[in-house]
Amino acid sequence: MVRLTYQIAFTTLLSYGILFVFGKLRDLFDKLLDWSKSNDPQGYAPICYGFQDFYTRRMYQRAKDCGGRPIASAPDAWLDVIERYSNDNNKTLHRTERTTKCLNLGSYNYLGFAAADEYCTPRVIQSLKQYSVSTCSVRVDGGTTKLHTELEKLVARFVGKPAAIVFGMGYATNSAIIPALISKGDLIISDSLNHNSIVNGARGSGAAVQVFQHNNPSHLEEVLREQIARGQPRKYRPWKKILVIIEGIYSMEGELCRLPEIMAVCKKYKAYTYLDEAHSIGAVGKTGRGVCELLGVDPADVDIMMGTFTKSFGSCGGYIAASKEIIQHLKRTCPAHLYATSMSPPAVQQVISAIKVILGEDGTNRGAKKLAQVRENSNFFRSELQNMGFEVLGDNDSPVMPIMIYNPGKIPAFSRECLSQNLAVVIVAYPATPLLLARARICISAAHTREDLIKGLEVISKVGDLVGMKYLPIGPLNHKAKEFSKLELIKIE
Amino acid sequence: MASAMVNVTASVLDWVSLAFDAPTKAVVFGVPIDGHLVVEVLLVVVILFQLTRKSYKPPKKPLTEKEIDELCDEWVPEPLTPQITEDMTDEAPTLESAAGPHAIVNGKEVLNFASANYLGLIGNEKITDSCVGALEKYGVGSCGPRGFYGTIDVHLDCEQKIAKFLGTPDSILYSYGISTIFSVIPAFCKKGDIIVADEGVHWAVQNGLYLSRSTVAYFKHNDMKSLENKLEEVTRRSKHPEKIRRYIVVESIYQNSGQIAPLDEIVRLKEKYRFRIILDESHSFGVLGNSGRGLAEQCGVPIEKIDIITAGMGNALATDGGFCTGSVRVVDHQRLSSAGYVFSASLPPYLASAAIAAVDHLEENPSILANLRANIATLFNELSDVPGLVVASHLLSPLVFLKLKKSTGSDKADMHLLQSIAKRVLEEDSVLIVATKRSSLDKCPLPIGLRFFVSASHSESDLLKAATSLKRVAALVLS
Repeated sequence: MVRLTYQIAFTTLLSYGILFVFGKLRDLFDKLLDWSKSNDPQGYAPICYGFQDFYTRRMYQRAKDCGGRPIASAPDAWLDVIERYSNDNNKTLHRTERTTKCLNLGSYNYLGFAAADEYCTPRVIQSLKQYSVSTCSVRVDGGTTKLHTELEKLVARFVGKPAAIVFGMGYATNSAIIPALISKGDLIISDSLNHNSIVNGARGSGAAVQVFQHNNPSHLEEVLREQIARGQPRKYRPWKKILVIIEGIYSMEGELCRLPEIMAVCKKYKAYTYLDEAHSIGAVGKTGRGVCELLGVDPADVDIMMGTFTKSFGSCGGYIAASKEIIQHLKRTCPAHLYATSMSPPAVQQVISAIKVILGEDGTNRGAKKLAQVRENSNFFRSELQNMGFEVLGDNDSPVMPIMIYNPGKIPAFSRECLSQNLAVVIVAYPATPLLLARARICISAAHTREDLIKGLEVISKVGDLVGMKYLPIGPLNHKAKEFSKLELIKIE
Repeated sequence: MASAMVNVTASVLDWVSLAFDAPTKAVVFGVPIDGHLVVEVLLVVVILFQLTRKSYKPPKKPLTEKEIDELCDEWVPEPLTPQITEDMTDEAPTLESAAGPHAIVNGKEVLNFASANYLGLIGNEKITDSCVGALEKYGVGSCGPRGFYGTIDVHLDCEQKIAKFLGTPDSILYSYGISTIFSVIPAFCKKGDIIVADEGVHWAVQNGLYLSRSTVAYFKHNDMKSLENKLEEVTRRSKHPEKIRRYIVVESIYQNSGQIAPLDEIVRLKEKYRFRIILDESHSFGVLGNSGRGLAEQCGVPIEKIDIITAGMGNALATDGGFCTGSVRVVDHQRLSSAGYVFSASLPPYLASAAIAAVDHLEENPSILANLRANIATLFNELSDVPGLVVASHLLSPLVFLKLKKSTGSDKADMHLLQSIAKRVLEEDSVLIVATKRSSLDKCPLPIGLRFFVSASHSESDLLKAATSLKRVAALVLS
């Protein structure tokens, strides 16, 4: 839970207010000086209206160099960040040929499969030579190769469901599957902090959408009871079916979902469940099988389990694992299966090899070692940061840890200062998070060694002192004991 | 009985009239109080009393907890999926080799007309080498969205290469072919904007139009007269046409019919009515035009006149992903507000390097376009006299589309016929062709049919064999 005190809220709002005023003044001067010039030809409405991209032009642009930093190597534990410069206040950024080697605390590389791997890469190259880069065809036509069928069986076995189907992009998995299962007359109840792909999928399905408070099973129960009793809003008929959508690890909070309680509520009220394990599959759990294993929930209870291959498996794409009937139905109706080019065969082979390593079927115990390493690294890093006085969110065992920054002046300062000390971090602000709750997000990998982490901690501590981010008292603090916030957290839509 | 009632009534009437006609018994403040005055005062008092009473409303009774429990127990949800019937369990053919013109499917060698490998780049040595280099250097995935260290130098190189090839200022890469168009449309079209789209656009475009929440009007497939009427109607109906953004959304080669959009005509209409064009060039990039630069080159339209061009790279370029190109403003806007770009992991670097190698190859060997055009012309001629089927696509389209001459009347029966033709052609003559399959979410009204994807690396004998096989099977199945 975020503890936003009144002082921090006041100073943050004041900073945003000053930026807003300056932005408006600049816009005014722009208008006065170039009122006759217009970029758009006569008679056409402008592509972006004045206020729609105000935030982009006047606020985000000041920190534009902190996002989208290009790299010249694999996104492994250490990477080469390409240096950029700008002559016009970040409006255009130019690449240079120079690179800086930095410790990578920003990429989703939980098990260290990002760079070339001794088991996976030779097999990937062999599959590239056998099946070539792409099949240029959709799955139902001529795009299904032996690798695809093998991967689907392997994923189903790994996750613990009867059948699975894979797609070439994680984002499209959510946006194309949800409309295939849910339509008008159904109800979707989704967590308030769900990812944009789920929101898009829910909107694209045409069903009614209700939101329940983040990770709050009792509020979910309230919403379910009210909705079942009331039925459809204008027609007064009962809902045809209800789907509850939750995520395994919420990437902006780093916390695990309260799966056992939520599953109990859904079972009681006969709602279907959809679990999005984008960040948790392969990264948590004793054998890497995700939050179900970690929290002791039987995978057979969850109706649909979704995940992506980008984070822990070092590839691209997504999957859905469910019962045989649901997968058969999806194979006939899901647009991503019928209209999208099938997943690239080398990427499929990478996932197959990565899962085999995790399961130990490659003949070594590298998989188990990686899982233990990432857990140990995350717990060590989190406890050290908390000891230093940073406000770190998230639960133990989760490899994602956001550190609160709040103030807009501190956001680019933190990022730039860390880069100058060869540490690559990621900062997130509005609109991915609420306006007042900007944060830096650390992603720990199994490829990080203890020395890497200690160096990272040193740099973060130094920069944190410089920038003024140590909001909490130094020393071990039991964060789970005090769960309250002084200001109501409203998600700004 | 009756007389008693009459007596009672008479006595009551007497009593009342007595009260009314009673002589003045008292004088209060100079006003003589007659009997009827008392009755009138009583009446007024009764009226006032009723007026001050609250009106009757049925009491509001919210559901009690017990009632909600009962409703929840009673409620039975529908099953998540409909019943699976026998005919729904068809499995797709499984490839055991690369999807080139000759592929191995289910153990035997077939002629492959199901891959949109227009330039024959599958299996190309140079592309494979550049991919191997990229895989060894960068691994497979990019482990992050573009904003969070997922931008690799090959992405930037690829964007520059495509922009230079097409002659536009800049371009932006997406990580999945179909997600390109359904992220671009909502980034530019919001609620209140007006879009005029062709009714035959494919599902990804329809999804983008739905997500944008704009007002959408469809015009008849590839019919310029219908487009002009729709533009006229829409402009007339809107109150301040200069203040709303207006777009025409078309595809260069329609996936659902193989028709080619007449771009010069559309550009003329766009300039007349002040609309912007969003053009999806997935099947024409690298195919149409003298040097493969797409529909604009084919129709002789300067590329600046088309506002937004998107394309999936899973066809001619034999890789995966997509790109969008246009003016600097258009591309920059998408870097922060396009959902499929901001919230999704970036394209794997080896696919970007494959795209660069493919564009290089196309620039160095423009003769493959001539091969492709010759193959299309051959197949088009050969397939013009198939019994029961008619060629519905344009003669320059690499996607040759055949539809039933006479539909059976139901989509399901048509589907069944076409699929049985495709199945027999595969089993008996080892030629892999496909019948279009529609998702239940697809609202396209065009008829389904058979598709041949022609490649530059098909030989003439391949094309003849495919045509002969189809004619034979069609005669058997459709007679």
